[in-house]
Amino acid sequence: MSDPQSTPGAQGAERNVFSRRSLFRGAGAFAAGGLVADAARAAATPTSTRLAGVVELELEINGAKQKVSVEPRTTLLNALRNHCTPPLTGAKVVCDRGSCGACTVHLDGQPVYSCMTLAADAVGRKVTTVEGLAKEGELTEVQRALCEHDGSMCGFCTPGFVMSITACLERKPGATLDEIKHACAGNLCRCGTYPHVFEAALAAGRALRAKGGK
Amino acid sequence: MKSFELVQPATLEAALETLPAARDTKARDSVKLLAGGQDLLGELKEHLVAPDTLVNLKRIPGLDRIEHGADGSLTLGALVTLARIENERAIRERFTLLAEAAGAVASVQIRNQGTLGGNLCQRPRCWYYRHEQAVCIKKGGSECFAYGGLNKYNAILGGGPSYIVHPSDVAPALVALDAQAVIRGKRGERRVPLEQFFTLPSEGSVLRENVLTSEEILTHIVVPAPGAGSWRSTYLKFRERGSYDFALSAVALRLSLDAGKVREARLVLGAVAPIPWRCEKAETALVGRKLDAETCEFISRLALEGAEPLEHNGYKIPLTQGMITKALRKLAN
Repeated sequence: MSDPQSTPGAQGAERNVFSRRSLFRGAGAFAAGGLVADAARAAATPTSTRLAGVVELELEINGAKQKVSVEPRTTLLNALRNHCTPPLTGAKVVCDRGSCGACTVHLDGQPVYSCMTLAADAVGRKVTTVEGLAKEGELTEVQRALCEHDGSMCGFCTPGFVMSITACLERKPGATLDEIKHACAGNLCRCGTYPHVFEAALAAGRALRAKGGK
Repeated sequence: MKSFELVQPATLEAALETLPAARDTKARDSVKLLAGGQDLLGELKEHLVAPDTLVNLKRIPGLDRIEHGADGSLTLGALVTLARIENERAIRERFTLLAEAAGAVASVQIRNQGTLGGNLCQRPRCWYYRHEQAVCIKKGGSECFAYGGLNKYNAILGGGPSYIVHPSDVAPALVALDAQAVIRGKRGERRVPLEQFFTLPSEGSVLRENVLTSEEILTHIVVPAPGAGSWRSTYLKFRERGSYDFALSAVALRLSLDAGKVREARLVLGAVAPIPWRCEKAETALVGRKLDAETCEFISRLALEGAEPLEHNGYKIPLTQGMITKALRKLAN
């Protein structure tokens, strides 16, 4: 019944990274914390973790593992742009409130707003950014179609659209115009290039089907 | 947003241990539960809440489970994402309005992360509430600024002393499905009909929208089997912006028909009141009627009886009446 996309995966790996910071390790942590509440927590939650201050997280981004030093409050968007080496600036900061879609990345293949995701919540999941799509400099069908169909004006929203369309066509290369619009509903283009974006998405779908997609 | 500590409990019991006592008014707001984060991160970024600790529920096994019971019931963990509810075939077929309502929430990106529990417990969208500097009655102030201010999106039913509307799409659908909320506290579990889970500002505390205390966690939603007879259902949502938006008005309708006449009905409105607004008088009046033009007219008027619009939201009355008519016609065919 459970869906691999939404089950917290690979928690073991995360715990290894966090182990130094875990305060729930019995009497030692209790003595250090010195609080009655901590004692109750320590006894009740031997495998729970607690992140505070600057923590080291191991993220899997575009197929490669990378350690980042961030705070629990750091969003995935912030971690990608400001704490990765080299910085991954394909996901854009625009609204920073989960409204515009310019920061869209994939978590385990599903499009999400990286501005509304804590970096800590991406641990154990596969993060894909727009930088991770092209292989050896070869643009994907979606990226190529957006170029060919003049799918961007200022281009600031384009990486987000690429991520939304890619996820939609991976699930269904034969997606109809309505299905593509539905998949892109969470992406805004203030230049208003929507018709070209949708044409590009349909063309990319055709190209993928010609290559033997579903 | 303010710095916080992120606690990631591995069990529900461990999560409960981290929660402050409900009577401890100072500590109460220092801990917040994190599910999908799609509402909470917005609140943190706008400094509407500034907890010292976030308790991440996503590492607790089992809370993201969907179970179809042998008796035909449906049990959804609070951490099930809206995208899964929208897309699961068995839910689409047997609990149509729930799948429709989940699919009507925000955008793909938000549905992929947003959870059922988080959607039901999301805070109001009123722009006064969402403004950091506006200390309205929902934030411990003394007045509802929407009442005498710009209230286009506010309540026409059940308002006072706050005039927020409940923004959830899945809440009216689940109330129409007679769903129950399963709530875990330190002293055990309680179940409440979802209809009684939500509280009016005039009941309980104006600072809250539901019966959850700071020591409790909403863990599951149980939807009973649709029951005998030919049940059909739909969720209609009207929004200002076509691509995605919160509802201006929404209608969750579920009914069973017997030889063309209504045998039983549930009619619940969204985005017009501080809670999912159940229209019991209209439900009772529907019984025994054919779904003809006269019934649509009568029921849509009856459902909005007692509505008291503010200065800028009178449009919600004819809008909602029209949507009730549309829903009734849709289920008649």
